[in-house]
Amino acid sequence: MAASNSRSAQAVLKQVELQLQLASEMEIEASEKACAIADLMHMSADKVDEVRMAVIEACINAIEHSRAEDGKLYVQISMLGHDEPETLEITVHDRGVGFDPKKLVQPNIEDKLKSASKRGWGFRIIEGLMDEVEVESGADGTSVTMRKQVGRS
Amino acid sequence: MTESLSLNVERRDGIAVIYTDGYINNQGGEEIAKVAYELIDEGYRSLLLNLAGTKIVNSIGISILIEIIEKIIEIEGKLAFCNLTPTINKTFHIMGLAQYTSIFDDEQDAVEHLGE
Repeated sequence: MAASNSRSAQAVLKQVELQLQLASEMEIEASEKACAIADLMHMSADKVDEVRMAVIEACINAIEHSRAEDGKLYVQISMLGHDEPETLEITVHDRGVGFDPKKLVQPNIEDKLKSASKRGWGFRIIEGLMDEVEVESGADGTSVTMRKQVGRS
Repeated sequence: MTESLSLNVERRDGIAVIYTDGYINNQGGEEIAKVAYELIDEGYRSLLLNLAGTKIVNSIGISILIEIIEKIIEIEGKLAFCNLTPTINKTFHIMGLAQYTSIFDDEQDAVEHLGE
């Protein structure tokens, strides 16, 4: 996961918090809200679409794997910057059983084509589409924080 | 909420084109696979997935597309995609699908490739 952190020294200009059910299609609701904030920041259409896909994947991971007893998905969407919006930060959190991020296996297509299970691409996709990704997981659940900068190509 | 995926199929000379419209998630991927396997059973060895009507996919849906790629490799057929959004195109490259299938901007180029 990315080591640098563009959040430091940036102020929160706007923040939205969502509490959704851990259920199919909630990923769409979360992604639409994130895209609305990205649009407000004048992010390019292609970047907004990448944000949509990354949020969908983070939510699906929680929906599929968290086993959270409260059945909830918590999404925080923040517009960060100095005077102007610079960074979109999205955190998808669940209060589920957690996992060891160090044990995440990077999927590759050659192995997947031979394997009975073709799944396990979520984090690979998120990392490929966002500028920074941080994963924290433990007994209190899992948080995936993703950032995309408005100006970075 | 999103609408479920709908599919249309055009059968041409040796090439079958599947047009998708909607979200390719688990259910959508399964529907595409069902149609693709039916076309293979009919004898088609060249399939084109035209995703012009699909703006959103997820990794579970794409995982099912990988199953179709596996089947196509097994029968020594050809599978191509066209009209992907830039994000879906980028995602296919991140996952390495571009190594095992062909991706085209438009249907005409894809059909020409499959007809070769």
